[in-house]
Amino acid sequence: MVYRSHVLICNGTGCTASKAPEIMTRLEKELAAKGIEKEVKIVKTGCFGLCEKGPILVIYPEGATYCHVRPDDVEEIVNEHLVKGRIVKRLLLGDKDAEDVAKSLENVGFFNRQVRVALRNCGVINPESIEEYIARDGYAALAKALTEMTPSQVIDEIKKSGLRGRGGGGFPTGLKWQFAAQEVNDIKYVCCNADEGDPGAFMDRSILEGDPHSVIEAMAIAGYAIGSNQGYIYVRAEYPIAVQRLNIAISQAKEYGLLGNNIFGTDFSFDLEIRLGAGAFVCGEETALMTSIEGKRGEPRTRPPFPAVKGLWEKPTILNNVETYANIPVILLKGADWFRSIGTEKSKGTKVFAVGGKINNTGLVEIPMGMTLREVIYDIGGGIPKGKKFKAAQTGGPSGGCIPASHIDVPIDYDNLIELGSMMGSGGLIVMDEDTCMVDIAKFFLEFTVDESCGKCPPCRIGTKRMHEILDRITSGKGEEGDIEKLEILAESIKQGALCGLGQTAPNPVLSTLRYFRDEYEAHVKEKRCPAGVCKAMLKYTIIPDKCKGCSLCSRKCPVNAISGEVKKPYVIDQSKCIKCGVCMDTCKFAAIEKK
Amino acid sequence: MKSVEELKAIREKALKEMSIRDNEDKTRIIVGMATCGIAAGAKSVMSAFIDELEKRNIRNVSVSMTGCIGICRLEPVAEVLEANGEKTTYVKLDAEKARRIVAEHIVNQKPVTEFTVGAAER
Repeated sequence: MVYRSHVLICNGTGCTASKAPEIMTRLEKELAAKGIEKEVKIVKTGCFGLCEKGPILVIYPEGATYCHVRPDDVEEIVNEHLVKGRIVKRLLLGDKDAEDVAKSLENVGFFNRQVRVALRNCGVINPESIEEYIARDGYAALAKALTEMTPSQVIDEIKKSGLRGRGGGGFPTGLKWQFAAQEVNDIKYVCCNADEGDPGAFMDRSILEGDPHSVIEAMAIAGYAIGSNQGYIYVRAEYPIAVQRLNIAISQAKEYGLLGNNIFGTDFSFDLEIRLGAGAFVCGEETALMTSIEGKRGEPRTRPPFPAVKGLWEKPTILNNVETYANIPVILLKGADWFRSIGTEKSKGTKVFAVGGKINNTGLVEIPMGMTLREVIYDIGGGIPKGKKFKAAQTGGPSGGCIPASHIDVPIDYDNLIELGSMMGSGGLIVMDEDTCMVDIAKFFLEFTVDESCGKCPPCRIGTKRMHEILDRITSGKGEEGDIEKLEILAESIKQGALCGLGQTAPNPVLSTLRYFRDEYEAHVKEKRCPAGVCKAMLKYTIIPDKCKGCSLCSRKCPVNAISGEVKKPYVIDQSKCIKCGVCMDTCKFAAIEKK
Repeated sequence: MKSVEELKAIREKALKEMSIRDNEDKTRIIVGMATCGIAAGAKSVMSAFIDELEKRNIRNVSVSMTGCIGICRLEPVAEVLEANGEKTTYVKLDAEKARRIVAEHIVNQKPVTEFTVGAAER
């Protein structure tokens, strides 16, 4: 059956949370009421990337993209657009008066600066339909590899492409595969790391939700390349939609014979299973992840031996991240040279970033390596809300660091970020404005690692705890002379002594903020002052007598009755009662309250 | 999946269904579906367009609807908008005429002059 119209609705986690399922139900109902349910096809898709504007709904053939759609808008969309053919302009994303609605998006910076490789199918196809994936050249790369290439040719092509691991470290993927392929063993394993745990990062989830088959296809290709017949996807149980779609995708692939025995009539067989992670951050570390798949407590072990030699159940194993896999089929189809044409000298291709924090267009963006932070924040991200000043961006999550405003024009790639004291990480990008306290941010990330430390090695278990205690002291106005130096000594020792990547990188948020914002630390310790006005213990709200008109508004709004005075005379805040909530400052109409 | 050909066949079939989502410039058939159009039988005209295009496996033509363009007395009305901007307005249509428009105008590139608004108004 050919439909005259397709309605695509984002069913990523973001849009699902903002009522996409209800919109779908309403849509089905309205279409049926108008008797056009056989003419219009509803297609649920993965993430379009612009989560800030969700739920997103796209109607073809016109290509009209509607944003912030509410269930109550559905009736109007059906009546106007689908029955009468009139675009509902008020809901259009981008230029509302564009003559051709499909072109209204052309000038939307969020879309036109992106290069979508790993996200090529997200928001374009129905992730629960293997046919739609196949229509977009899905499984053609697997077919090509199995019928036209030898395993070593596949590895050579990936090596030549310059693809580096997208999960954090940036190790060359082809090389990893080659090491595993060189091992002689009857049993080898292909694993996928979908244990995305960095605060603020959700690109892997979006790929699994929007295009699960791309990961399955790539894992089968990897299996062929290294000589493995069994794969495992280790995914967090907290990603229910991703897990559900992966399960659907795997059973579809089995049904079509794209997983199983003698794929494409060759003697290559490959099977896949899902393993659910219970939510420990450390299980994103490769050795801990494999220990967890084996059914043991998820703790890391020393390397070497590297997984390529002795991995899962002591067999040669490769472990790649979701986004890395999503790049593989395209590279085989379009060629390594095409992939190399994108990006910088040492970082080829694109990188997906989950952009969040103080930025207008919160969402998922895929950019060519080498784009500057300024372009990401201002051209794609739409700048900082309320016209505030950009202070720093945090990349790499709890293992990464901050890039200060002075380096906003540095091209983003693996090596530049390391040089700046941060790292690519899995691609979380948290934007911070002038109201952010960098000591507080460092404390936040360290708190995360303290919580998530598995406890196996003392540098991480005890060291990060001690660092956190010092930071806690500094931010509560009790910092002592020498605290900053102690932090530095601890940080260096933990980096050298910790067992796994989690511990070795845990001090990075502190080190990088110290590197660029040492003056803020010093202000906290020496002057007992928080320059950004975030650390409550050091804040003081006072009423400027000259400006106070004695209207009594603040006194009435104060939740703890800390403000007293006589009407028409200046009021006073009792500092011993004040809880520093800031309500008085928000309510004062004469700007008579200051925060220091 | 026993062969690459099998994969290609699935791909062809699925592509046909998804072609509607291509944003490339293509020919559009727009059917007037306001009250006047529907009362005059626009619904069956539109179904005929869709059906005929599908039968002939024509992918680069989309069918959409629009409101009243003001010539209610000549309904059902449909416009064929070509990629080069050329517009042909057909009036007083029925399902049979719609099928002929697909055969002659879309396939053979020859507008069916006798059904156009110009001919009707002469």
